[in-house]
Amino acid sequence: MTVVTQQIDSYLESFARFENSAPGSGQGWARSIRQAAITRFSELGFPTIRDEDWRFTSVAPIAQADFKLARDGRFALSSREIGQFTFPGLACSQLVFVNGRYSPELSSLGLLPNGVTVGSLAWFLDNDPDLAEPHLARYADYQQDAFAALNTAFMEDGAFVHIPRGTVLPEPIHLLYISTAAGAPLITHPRNLILADEDSQATIVEDYVSLGSGVHFSNSVTEAVLGQNSVLSHYRLERESKEAFNISTLRFQQGRSSSLASHSVLLGGALMRNNIHPALAGEGCDCLINGLFMATGRQHMDNYMKVEHAGPHCNSRQFYHGILDGRSRGVFHGRIIVHKDAQKTDAKQTNRNLLLSENAQIDTKPQLEIYADDVKCTHGATIGQIDEDAIFYLRSRGIAEESARALLLFAFAGECLQRMKIEPIRKHLEALVTQWSPLGKLLEEAR
Amino acid sequence: MLEINNLHVKVGNQKILKGVNLKVNAGEVHSIMGPNGSGKSTLAQVLAGREGYEVTAGEVIYEGKNLLEMPPEERACAGVFLAFQYPVEIPGVNNAYFLKAGLNAIRKYQGLEELDAMDFLPLVKEKMKALEIDELLLNRSVNEGFSGGEKKRNEVFQMSVLEPKLAILDETDSGLDIDALRIVANGVNALRSPDRAIIVVTHYQRLLNYIIPDYIHVLVDGRIVKSGGKELALELENKGYAWVEAEIHTAAPANA
Repeated sequence: MTVVTQQIDSYLESFARFENSAPGSGQGWARSIRQAAITRFSELGFPTIRDEDWRFTSVAPIAQADFKLARDGRFALSSREIGQFTFPGLACSQLVFVNGRYSPELSSLGLLPNGVTVGSLAWFLDNDPDLAEPHLARYADYQQDAFAALNTAFMEDGAFVHIPRGTVLPEPIHLLYISTAAGAPLITHPRNLILADEDSQATIVEDYVSLGSGVHFSNSVTEAVLGQNSVLSHYRLERESKEAFNISTLRFQQGRSSSLASHSVLLGGALMRNNIHPALAGEGCDCLINGLFMATGRQHMDNYMKVEHAGPHCNSRQFYHGILDGRSRGVFHGRIIVHKDAQKTDAKQTNRNLLLSENAQIDTKPQLEIYADDVKCTHGATIGQIDEDAIFYLRSRGIAEESARALLLFAFAGECLQRMKIEPIRKHLEALVTQWSPLGKLLEEAR
Repeated sequence: MLEINNLHVKVGNQKILKGVNLKVNAGEVHSIMGPNGSGKSTLAQVLAGREGYEVTAGEVIYEGKNLLEMPPEERACAGVFLAFQYPVEIPGVNNAYFLKAGLNAIRKYQGLEELDAMDFLPLVKEKMKALEIDELLLNRSVNEGFSGGEKKRNEVFQMSVLEPKLAILDETDSGLDIDALRIVANGVNALRSPDRAIIVVTHYQRLLNYIIPDYIHVLVDGRIVKSGGKELALELENKGYAWVEAEIHTAAPANA
């Protein structure tokens, strides 16, 4: 415990140096949010496995490490190095963040309708904070969550997106977060704010990658506010190196009749925590939480879902598939909260897991908290191996055993990918997923 | 084409087949009948190569080769097809992709050119029409959410596309209404040819009104206790399996 305490001190010292030069430090409200957050972080400390929400995941390697803020480095990256992270065939705006900071040189804006704002949060905090102020740090709960508190205290840069009323974005926005290897382990706190006003529609892709190897820690928070009748598709792709730590919080605030689709494909990181927390606040919201996590080696992937029904007549659907190989460990924590006024809630949660090795492990925990009396909530979790009956069936039709295994493995992954509507994104994710396993080659040959 | 000699099979500690002998020539249709639990399905599964069955004695020779040494996919490539009693549901794998992968694996093994989608689709659509199967089925996951009858028809559809040399139908008739039964039987009959053999495993005589076998064998307690022509089916229908069982108890030992 003493080690942990020391590192908290070092965060406090680091904060003292950071605070005055932070973006938006001239704004009183931003300063006070940061100060409240660091105070709360120092009170909370890092969670331990005695904390119910962290029972299956020890963050001791994070708590004990001495991370440095990646602040002013200018990292010379060429657009060629960025090229490997694009989605082939996808016309989009691409914002690139290198070690947490927006890189205008590497970024490119595509087709954006009038009135749409896409840019660096740091710039807006310094120059044009009025749009952000009513929303920033109002949803992601830094009072309860130490990592959200840490992010909020150190929030510096990330994407700021505003889609005005009635506007439809014709192309997705690809947000690319690159962590580069450096001498000392770096920590970044990407902070994103997405405002989708009434009747607007947008697709946003958050993509976390590493260049080179080395330990780094991405502690990101995204807040998205969906106005009445708006439609937001959000994708999150985690493909950082196997040495990376990644803690991510997605916090969606849904207004009346809004529709959210949140898709996650999680492949990278040594220790990864994926918090997804939509609040269906208005009446008649629709929410899809769709995810695929694939771990191998000693990777640890923890998915913490908190679907909060606050308004009546809302639907939520959660589909999470886990594939675990090697000595990896997976966690799925699916919490559904139905508040007193959320009558006629229809909430469904499914978590299915495939264990490919004897040493892989999954803990899955559904949790329903229902305070309304006229609701429909279902949950189901399965853990299993590849179905040997299905293998035999495929083989009996001439398909070789290894190919049959590949087919079934990627069919399982494919059920999640099928829900992703934008074809170039889905195709590229399919390709990444196929490369994940040596069995993928067989599948490509069969195509 | 197929020669089964003195086949003994165990599942766990239980002896299921206790010396099965059967010879099937090209062009012939054989029916294996018998009461529940007599070992009919075990025989079908063992011929297709399912794991979990231990062959303790005997051999199976298929076209001069030791069938039992071949993995299931090689048996399929060499022309053996099993229509499953309980077809497996495979979510996420679409029927067209599955069937094309199987067909091309078999064609490759036989030294034929693999088919692309342009050649494959007209072929399967024609077969589907004959079996009165909705084309939408091609884009659905294999057997997922199919009714019992749809699953059985899908088996016969696969068979008609893969065109095996030796087809084994394991209780393909069970659970079918009379219309579906007729369609399935037509599909099987369309496959009859001088260079193919078909083994129809069934509990009921009903199917044999539509697929007329050349030979009928009665399997009781892991042995074929009686063989005869198609008229044997009627006799079984009238007298029941108890008649055969009674007969073998009073007659000479069945392994004679």
